[in-house]
Amino acid sequence: MPQLTAVPLSWYLILSAILFALGIAGFVFRRNVITVFMSIELMLNAVNLSFVAFSHQLRQVDGQIYTFFVMVVAAAEAAVGLAIILTVFKNRQTLTIDEVSSLKN
Amino acid sequence: MDLIFFLLFASIAVGCGISLVVQKHPIASALSLIGVMGSLAVLYLLLGAEFIAAVQLIVYAGAIMVLFVFVIMLLNAAEEAPSRKTNWPSRLLGVPLLAVFVALLAYLFDKMSPSLGTVTFGAFTTGGKQIGRSLFNNYLLPFEVTSVLVLIAILGAIVLARKEID
Repeated sequence: MPQLTAVPLSWYLILSAILFALGIAGFVFRRNVITVFMSIELMLNAVNLSFVAFSHQLRQVDGQIYTFFVMVVAAAEAAVGLAIILTVFKNRQTLTIDEVSSLKN
Repeated sequence: MDLIFFLLFASIAVGCGISLVVQKHPIASALSLIGVMGSLAVLYLLLGAEFIAAVQLIVYAGAIMVLFVFVIMLLNAAEEAPSRKTNWPSRLLGVPLLAVFVALLAYLFDKMSPSLGTVTFGAFTTGGKQIGRSLFNNYLLPFEVTSVLVLIAILGAIVLARKEID
């Protein structure tokens, strides 16, 4: 056990791994397309935590810049993805990904 | 004190993450995701990333999640119907394998722990000043490319949401 004022960096990385695994589980097991999309956001957040943790360890600001770019791309992705979900719902009246399988086979 | 804050907000983040995966209703999942993002913002503050913590709350928990909640409301998304063909072998194998994956990563990080060092609050603090200086010197081209990307994303979202695709 280290002294009470310092948290090992590895704990942040373990937390990041747990959140990423939860994102994978949501992405694979859920059937609602909006929830699947939110699981992707959870995975992006987990990676951001690793970036910021390493930025702290290396005493460099670059990791936080990458986090900033990930956030901007996530915002763009959310806008386009939700527009696609809206269009799919308009045409098919469903949010279940099992029933949106025109491209399968 | 650092340790207490870390453990508190890490457990909130993991709890909200589990809640995101197991909740049946999309709006409950969205609220859980907001919980994860809020606790991650506190962890960013503990890591000394003040600007990123603010952006996390404003952009993620603010803008992106409002978009999600708005779409859930607009589409009147109900509880997830049970899947017609649940693939039980994949579920029975998948969850333990995911747990093994996380356990292996945790073991690896724990072994690497002495060389990774520790995080002390206040040891390295960055505000908007350093971020801005780095962003507009070393990362000017990526920044401009990102602005073009966002513009294209806005146009794409408008076109997709307007057009009728058969």
